[in-house]
Amino acid sequence: MCDQTFVAITFGPCDSCSQNKPLMNIYLQNEPVNYCSLCVELMACQGLAKGETVSTLRAESENLKAKLEEERAKLHDVELHQVAEKVETLGQFVIKTRRTLKGHGNKVLCMDWCRDKRRMVSSSQVIMRSAAVCVLQEHAVTMPCTWVMACAYAPSGCVIACGGLDNKCSVYPLSLDKNENLAAKKKSVAMHTNYLSACSFTNSDMQLLTSSGDGTCALWDVESGQLLQSFHGHSADVLSLDLAPSETGNTFVSGGCDKKANVWDMRSGQNIQSFETHESDINSCRLYDLRADREVAIYSKESIIFGASSVDFSLSGRLLFAGYNDYNINVWDVLKGTRVAILFGHENRVSTVRVSPDGTAFCSGSWDNTLDFNPV
Amino acid sequence: SKIRGDTVHEQSSVEAMVLEMQDSKSGVKSSEQKLNITSIPHVVTGQDILAWIANHMKVDAQEAQTIGTMLVAYGFIYPLQDHKKLILKPDVSLYRFQTPYFWPVQKWKADNTDYAIYLAKRNIRKKGTLDVYEQEYYKNLHKWLNHKWDFIVMQAKEQYRAGKERNKADRVVFDCQERAYWIVHRPPPRTHSAMDYGVDRLIDPNAEENKTFDYYRRIIIFTQQAIMRSKVKSTVSLGAILKHMTTYKDHDPFLAPCLPSNPWQTDDSSYWDLNMRNVEIPTKMRVERWSFSFFELLNDPRGRTDFKVFLKKEFSGENLAFWEAAEEMKWGTASSISEKAQTIFKTFLAPGAPRWINIDGRTMGLTVKGLEHPHRYVLDAAQTHIFMLMKKDTFYRYLKSPVYKDIQKKALSPAPHNFTPSQLEQNAQNRKPGINPIIIWQQEEEERAKAAAAAGPIDIKKLMASKLDRK
Repeated sequence: MCDQTFVAITFGPCDSCSQNKPLMNIYLQNEPVNYCSLCVELMACQGLAKGETVSTLRAESENLKAKLEEERAKLHDVELHQVAEKVETLGQFVIKTRRTLKGHGNKVLCMDWCRDKRRMVSSSQVIMRSAAVCVLQEHAVTMPCTWVMACAYAPSGCVIACGGLDNKCSVYPLSLDKNENLAAKKKSVAMHTNYLSACSFTNSDMQLLTSSGDGTCALWDVESGQLLQSFHGHSADVLSLDLAPSETGNTFVSGGCDKKANVWDMRSGQNIQSFETHESDINSCRLYDLRADREVAIYSKESIIFGASSVDFSLSGRLLFAGYNDYNINVWDVLKGTRVAILFGHENRVSTVRVSPDGTAFCSGSWDNTLDFNPV
Repeated sequence: SKIRGDTVHEQSSVEAMVLEMQDSKSGVKSSEQKLNITSIPHVVTGQDILAWIANHMKVDAQEAQTIGTMLVAYGFIYPLQDHKKLILKPDVSLYRFQTPYFWPVQKWKADNTDYAIYLAKRNIRKKGTLDVYEQEYYKNLHKWLNHKWDFIVMQAKEQYRAGKERNKADRVVFDCQERAYWIVHRPPPRTHSAMDYGVDRLIDPNAEENKTFDYYRRIIIFTQQAIMRSKVKSTVSLGAILKHMTTYKDHDPFLAPCLPSNPWQTDDSSYWDLNMRNVEIPTKMRVERWSFSFFELLNDPRGRTDFKVFLKKEFSGENLAFWEAAEEMKWGTASSISEKAQTIFKTFLAPGAPRWINIDGRTMGLTVKGLEHPHRYVLDAAQTHIFMLMKKDTFYRYLKSPVYKDIQKKALSPAPHNFTPSQLEQNAQNRKPGINPIIIWQQEEEERAKAAAAAGPIDIKKLMASKLDRK
């Protein structure tokens, strides 16, 4: 099983304050303990003990980081390209844009597929819900804020969520009546202290996961608007998130401007893994192995000077579609590390790339105000 | 000053390349060109720039075009003709390298005050030369910056006076450079500029973090648990990734053709119709996918239905029913948790419960205790136990069962489509959005309600009798 979190105890009496709360699994003098997030914070902010200084703490943290690298290195017994040697090279790819949605009068910032594989929601300043297959715009809602950076389609297909510079994530029930004013039934669910950068429903319409420029992620109960769990650990704006498709569905990953990708346990709010890149690495895509806890591949080329804004895998995971700020989409062979195709369709930066739920096509949204649909 | 998070780091390699392009020996060929009546030095053509890029970066013409356009969109190179279009034309169109003074700067955004001064200066030089979009800007700037308008006009006059003192050629060059800078930073309508960077970041990712003692304590806490977290060797995990990709290869529409055809390519929606959520006869590919993992089987509503048929024959539906109830609680509304917890306890966990699940004593103890104060994840341990039981035992028996073999036999294998061009055109004209998901959801809700009503109070005696029979 890929997800180790299922063995963790994530709720119960805190070993420090005894209250029944979500628990983080940490270590005190190498012994495992379960503390609630408040007690962990108190522990971190506890005054300096005798003999402790900022320098001694810094030294201790450096030692531990080195030890973590040692542990990771012990497991580094094969490279991805070695494993990939036994695999056939992929043939030449011809990917053609089959549909283009032009209804947005503004930069397309985000899109999400409906589980029916043909409908989608996209956002600029306007939220558009369309049947991509026949390029038919079914609903449009103008938002009061100019940048709607996040939008999501609920699993049932009956609801959409979106937000942006209004610092909120609101939910809109959809309607069979094309003339109905969706904005009338809008419901505010999430409240952050800065812009909303991404949102996603979990396995049901009842919970919403959000990330924000305020550096945090949060899990919300849609019905009541209640904050169920917050996730602290990024030191700068969080720009994106994605839920793990694991059988126990307990983790998600978030990416921030602090150059870190953090993996979180949704139940306790604990940051369980973290991957950091360096300043000079901004124009590459990287692959991280969660079970071995390390970076295993870098996808880059000298001729690609500008960073990628959005990525998604094909159904088998063999292909990685990445949209870049130089207006192109590069398609990578995840195993071999080579680029297998490049698409030149957009006239401004690509802001979002998403593969459809059954993998038959991927959609790219761009600041050139259009959305392209591309199957093989 | 506001903070940009996007294009900060890409520039040093771009700047290095741009400087190389201007090298007198190895750079792009340049010459002096006449623009109106003035001679402008160091002018290059679009096609020469592209040829240099293609050669230097070892890329083909299309990629060179991308890189070249980026250089113009960011303002490192500017067009002398058709100056509002920030693209690199692959012909004899004329370009110049922008002076470093006007290069995109990392840390601050082009200031409105500076833009106001620039527009005011152009107005002073010759009234009526501002484009409509510039007049709009000018009007707004006059409103927003009204408090410093005297300063702006003074600066504009000063710059205009200083400009007049330059010789004509220098002044023409400077005007071109300055104009190019503002096209990039205040793009006219329908001009795509790469300096359009989006939303300002709240926290400066380049600022040094305040490293107080609690900063280090948090790193220590995180790193300790990261060290202790169990990991696997790369041979194991990379081997698993490889296995996954190999297993799903034929099911990936980008790697193998989906049958009968990919609806996006042929505009025929048969593939989607054949794979509807609860279609009666599934396709062979879909049935094969159920065998890949228990997760796949459960995740596909049609697969789960078939699994339930098998469980019914085995009289062991309670495990899956418990798992589904636990899922509903986990992902349901906060307000419904305690009610669901009660129902689940009565149905599955209480001694003598009608659908009692067989879990180990310790897990049962923990779960029952937790249910005294139910929370969203109170059933996690029990749910995982049951899931693993089904995954390691029931699932494999299902795959060997007559139920599965039966559906494998019945499953459809659609023949590939072979449409003529005129048929494809016909298909394109008949595109439809497909049934609205809201309608499907309503139908499924009705079925769920019916099933719940039909389930009713369970006849315990009958159930126990059939269980004894099995033993």
